[in-house]
Amino acid sequence: MLVRISCVLAIALALAAEVGFAQADGSGDPAAASQEDGKYLDKDGNPTYKIQADGTVDWYTYSGYRRYHSECHVCHGPDGEGSTYAPALKNSLKTMNYGDFLGVVASGRKNVSSSQESVMPAFGSNQNVACYMDDLFVYLRARANDALGRVRPAKREAKPEAYTKAEDTCIGKE
Amino acid sequence: MMRQLMKAMCLSSVAVFAAGAASANEELARLQKDAKQWVMPAGDFANTRFSTLKQITAENVGKLQVAWTFSTGVLRGHEGNPLVIGDMMYLHTAFPNIVYALDLKNENKIAWKYEPKQDPNVIPVMCCDTVNRGVAYADGKIFLHQADTTVVALDAKSGKVVWSVKNGDPGKGETGTSAPHVFKDKVIIGISGGEFGVRGSVTAYDIKDGKRVWRGYSMGPDSDVLIDPAKTTHLGKPVGPTSGTNTWQGEQWKIGGGTTWGWYSFDPEANLMYYGTGNPSTWNPKQRPGDNRWSMTIFARDVDTGMTKWVYQMTPHDEWDYDGVNEMILSDQTIGGQPRKLLTHFDRNGLGYTLDRITGELLVAEKYDPKVNWTSGVDMNKNSPTYGRPAVLKEASTDQAGEDVNVKNICPAALGTKDEQPAAYSPETQLFYVPTNHVCMDYEPFRVRYTAGQPYVGATLSMYPPQGETHMGNFIAWDGKTGKIVWSNKEQFSVWSGALATSGGVVFYGTLEGYLKAVDAKTGKELYKFKTPSGIIGNVMTYEQGGKQYVAILSGVGGWAGIGLAAGLTDPTAGLGAVGGYAALSNYTALGGSLTVFSLP
Repeated sequence: MLVRISCVLAIALALAAEVGFAQADGSGDPAAASQEDGKYLDKDGNPTYKIQADGTVDWYTYSGYRRYHSECHVCHGPDGEGSTYAPALKNSLKTMNYGDFLGVVASGRKNVSSSQESVMPAFGSNQNVACYMDDLFVYLRARANDALGRVRPAKREAKPEAYTKAEDTCIGKE
Repeated sequence: MMRQLMKAMCLSSVAVFAAGAASANEELARLQKDAKQWVMPAGDFANTRFSTLKQITAENVGKLQVAWTFSTGVLRGHEGNPLVIGDMMYLHTAFPNIVYALDLKNENKIAWKYEPKQDPNVIPVMCCDTVNRGVAYADGKIFLHQADTTVVALDAKSGKVVWSVKNGDPGKGETGTSAPHVFKDKVIIGISGGEFGVRGSVTAYDIKDGKRVWRGYSMGPDSDVLIDPAKTTHLGKPVGPTSGTNTWQGEQWKIGGGTTWGWYSFDPEANLMYYGTGNPSTWNPKQRPGDNRWSMTIFARDVDTGMTKWVYQMTPHDEWDYDGVNEMILSDQTIGGQPRKLLTHFDRNGLGYTLDRITGELLVAEKYDPKVNWTSGVDMNKNSPTYGRPAVLKEASTDQAGEDVNVKNICPAALGTKDEQPAAYSPETQLFYVPTNHVCMDYEPFRVRYTAGQPYVGATLSMYPPQGETHMGNFIAWDGKTGKIVWSNKEQFSVWSGALATSGGVVFYGTLEGYLKAVDAKTGKELYKFKTPSGIIGNVMTYEQGGKQYVAILSGVGGWAGIGLAAGLTDPTAGLGAVGGYAALSNYTALGGSLTVFSLP
């Protein structure tokens, strides 16, 4: 009897883990449900990644990889893995949703106590970040779900035309 | 009569001023020769990190044991080292930049503690952790250079504030990480923020009252850089007018970088101080065409006026973030039968330079890690139009590849073959002992916009150990006269700790796993190691108290080493074939500032 219970429990736990894996992050199920101009959205309309079987990533995942390793990795470490002084964002996005992510990046956050001094600056006025919030989110969401490893994406979808237009408007063409 | 009186008065006031200056200088000049004390960041004006203490020798260092320890109460990365003046040790911490005075004669009790109040908004403006590289001493005062760029003079006996000035504006990304340096009657202060488009400068303040005496920028008009176009030389030739602006497009020099957060040295005879300037902003070289003078440059300045005697730009038009801030070590050695006054510098770009420190003549420029692959070497032909320039190899040129192109396998990585972790020089072995990084990178520049107080980077980096290698650091002995490695010890991680050389024939350094190591100065043979509470990015120092020699090291992992290495530079499961070499630092050590002091039983 005891054996059977523990078996059932183990199966239930395994099932829960599997289900949990399928909807693993703070924004819900990351599966792409629709697409608008090269940007993939989950069933709730949050931006998400789309990685094909041959490893081809969507433009946002690729762009997010690049922007992350310019603007964010100086504190948050390579590949969203964290550093000795800033959290691993691939873990943060497991519980943080899209709206909260945008809020923290735009406005920053402070966590200062006697044992730690973590301060995230506000990037809302920094075009190098603000114009690429979705890119960063999508990349980190892929990392949070282990859909993308600790590598530079080798293959990617083409840069969408609408994206280029929006980027030029946001960051300004020189 | 009146005129004569005026003249006499002027003369006497000058004389009084000079006497004041001389006394401050003489006290420090005398103290830095006393091996029992450690009165400035590198131990002496020449930046040698060498001590004549020899109670601890190559023969007995194996018996070393921990004499006492002290927790700083701060978790973040701890660079630099404490000072010992008389019976007092002065110890600093990472942000919030606490200073402790520990009474060595009285159970190392805290004689006083100073904790500045700083706006925590400065924290994220600091590139690469909230490190501080230590305090300076002169004239009965301890000088602290805070993260928010406040320079404060504390009474060494009481810890009370004597004066305080603000050197920069964190709102624009200007921060303070470097140690103050006192030369003569001035405390010299650098600035950090090369990743925020800060224009670098060094500023001299009067140690008596904090009055600003001069400021020399790294780029800009001659009057800002303190350059005399006819007298200031670059490789023996006058630099000519507007050298600090004419290799920049438009007004880009105003956000040009060239920050100054290294360890400075001073030659009292020549009255010259030496330091290096950092990378030009941004990291995207396409956005700033030209040589970007005088970023990436060794400066020799007159300490009294700030006037530039000579400059040497090591990496014109940087394409890899090879800051030139690393320390300049002064030595007197014989080259080709001629006694020379030398300056030796281990640059981030992987080249070890030896120059004549009086004239700025370039004598040696050689790779101090054989893996360095961005250049085929420096043109040493004085008659060549490219004399003194490194030949950039096309395969490693991120500028030639252009924006949005990922250039692979560039060695060294942006961390440099060496970062700020200072080397030591022993006049007894005539060798330099150099802590190094052994890391390569991919680098992809792209377009960025400047916003005041925001990061201004413009490149994507990924770093990893050199192909086919399993270690990410070396600790080497270097002959600065010939530019050759004498011996080299492999280290699993970058060696991010300042070295100490002693007359006992022992050289000390720390490792990122947390080991304090002692090696034989002649052979590099490991003689002793002890694992301290956290990874070491601090510098080893030594002092004598009550007839006993002590060796002290600050632990507390962090800094730039804490970014990548904490999580491991690459995926240990990615099948790169290496065993253990790519393991994460977080498997070995955790945060926490503490001082460990060693002695013989």
